[in-house]
Amino acid sequence: MDATILSFLLLDGLQNGVVYGLLALSLVLVFAVTRVILVPIGELLMFAPLSLVWLLEGKLPGTLWLALALGGAWALMARGRGGLLPLLGGVGLFLLFLLAKEAPPLAYVAAVLLVVYLGVATYRVFFQPMRGATVLSFLIMAVGLHVAYQGLGLVFFGPEQFRPAPFLSGEVMVGLSWQGVLVLLFAASSLAGLYLFFRFSLFGKALLAAAENRLGARLSGIGPEEAGMVAFSIASLLAALSGLLLAPLINAAYFMGFMLGLKGFVAAILGGLASYPVAFLGALLVGLFESFTSFYASAYKEALVFLLLVPALFYQSLRARTVEE
Amino acid sequence: MKRWLVALLVLALSAVAQEVLKVGVVVSATGPAASLGIPERNTFLMLQEMLDRTGGVAGRKVQFVILDDASDTTQAVRNTRRLVEEGVVAIIGTTTTPASLGMIPVVAEAKVPMISLAASKDIIHPVDAQRFWVFKTPQTEELMARAIVADMVARGIKTVAYIGFNDAYGEGWARFFEAEAKGKGLQVVASERYARTDTSVTGQVLRIIARRPDAVLIGASGTPAVLPQRTLRERGYAGLIYQTHGVANPDFLRVGGKDVEGTLLPAGPILVAEQLPSTFPSKRVALDYIQRYEAKYGIGSYSTFGAHAWDAWLILKPALERALKRADPAKDLAAFRAALRDEIEATRNLVATHGVFTFSKEDHLGLRFEDAAVMVRIEGGRWKLERTFR
Repeated sequence: MDATILSFLLLDGLQNGVVYGLLALSLVLVFAVTRVILVPIGELLMFAPLSLVWLLEGKLPGTLWLALALGGAWALMARGRGGLLPLLGGVGLFLLFLLAKEAPPLAYVAAVLLVVYLGVATYRVFFQPMRGATVLSFLIMAVGLHVAYQGLGLVFFGPEQFRPAPFLSGEVMVGLSWQGVLVLLFAASSLAGLYLFFRFSLFGKALLAAAENRLGARLSGIGPEEAGMVAFSIASLLAALSGLLLAPLINAAYFMGFMLGLKGFVAAILGGLASYPVAFLGALLVGLFESFTSFYASAYKEALVFLLLVPALFYQSLRARTVEE
Repeated sequence: MKRWLVALLVLALSAVAQEVLKVGVVVSATGPAASLGIPERNTFLMLQEMLDRTGGVAGRKVQFVILDDASDTTQAVRNTRRLVEEGVVAIIGTTTTPASLGMIPVVAEAKVPMISLAASKDIIHPVDAQRFWVFKTPQTEELMARAIVADMVARGIKTVAYIGFNDAYGEGWARFFEAEAKGKGLQVVASERYARTDTSVTGQVLRIIARRPDAVLIGASGTPAVLPQRTLRERGYAGLIYQTHGVANPDFLRVGGKDVEGTLLPAGPILVAEQLPSTFPSKRVALDYIQRYEAKYGIGSYSTFGAHAWDAWLILKPALERALKRADPAKDLAAFRAALRDEIEATRNLVATHGVFTFSKEDHLGLRFEDAAVMVRIEGGRWKLERTFR
């Protein structure tokens, strides 16, 4: 091991770590507000670049029909005036996709909005009706959705990988491409954005309040439904943007989401599914750990990464106190 | 009166039906292995048309009963049971190794000969009581590893590194390649693994580059094989890069782009059929297949996987003709299946699209790498014949 290899490994770990970090933040946010462990976040991440590839080839991706179907279900469940929002959104999304088929720059916007719409519709259709259910029921639903969305990804996009062109090509220096810089910049700005959002905006504060004490928040006029929708839209927005930025670096395919999501989940667990800074640092740790184990013992890499969970869970179990119901 | 007519009709129909030879086919026409299974299914549809036109084998009509296993082992086993009950004389398939392995106990128990279309050596080796009934057409990793090592030795390469999938495919390649390389005096300086779903292989690649091998073999298949190659190039590796025949599909070229230029890989001769020297045994058969397939499904539509299915039929057809002289499937199906198995095993010097088949009691693959593999280089986004081993 010399300095060059060390620096390459550090950079690689950092680049992967920040993506796990963004997913971990999304998981913590969604869990805090709605008690849902958002297992299908990896699939939301995967839908963005693959839909983009389809649009750039002038085809409408299958994800659009999925989103519209869920939007339709949302409108039916909301009925009355509440149903207007998903219907208008769905129509707008459809028109945007028709336009984006001809205009490549619009395709990026369309892919992001699609995933956000899909994320919110997923919450509204599947999770919101079961509010008040146990964390375990939420988890079962989330795992089911993950399996379903991954299967749909295979149906929509086929088994092979795709590689969209990078936004910025070329290398800054050996071992770091401009696209990689973009990923790091995006992570930094999302961190700052989230911090400002929670610290200074009324909406962010309301979300924090809902996360802290749901009953109390409701008593002071914060609707848990809106809070859930906002949490889901932030999570899907982060996932969609990470997916679009990552895809040129790693090739997008229907199976890419699960491992990314799982490593984000490991990081979120390191933070006890509660602390944003610890979750993000945990994600960097996972990224670096992964990069170094792939150098020293590539055959055991996945096992070692998930072994990281053991001390974290042990610590959590020591810290846990029985709560009187 | 009417009842008599119906009874007569049924009798006549069943007499005709007995004349039909049913051949069972299981392929993965949907699911993750669909890009391999679809050309295989298309080949059988094309064969069915040809046989309907020309009148079948030895005066008997042949019917392919084609079932889809959705790339799933359970479904493949269920399909096999169904085919056995339908009274097929032989079963061809399936596309993937795990599912083919699952089918073996079923065909062995029912004593039905089977020709697999999947790659792994485990399907036909060792020829034990169960594998007694099983043959296969695609080249094994071992055979292709032999071709790669022969090519490396010919180029004067001394040190090699390996990086492959951490699953059955990659482990199989690691085992056969490292054994073959050591046997031929090559030094394997690194052996790394990665997952199909991995997003970065920087660590493994750095380790390989630090050992400065003359060549690297990537033991992966399909588009996930691009990642290590691109990372090697990005990190400035200038040596030779070998891939396996698992990447010989257009998707690899599409995703790989300029990152995979200059890659060397072993492939079945059909991949570069028109570039083969006219003395190469498979050339004529391969061109014939390509021409027929493209006439039906469009120019450029053929793949090496469909040709494995074609080869299975090339083996089965003469064996059927010989077996029909020894037994009658309408009278004694079990005896006919046994006779057919013996006749398949008796195949000698059969020229097919992927090589020359000579089965024996110990060898149910029947291929030599000199006939069944050629080295191909990727040049300008196309497969270019580099050399043959004959």
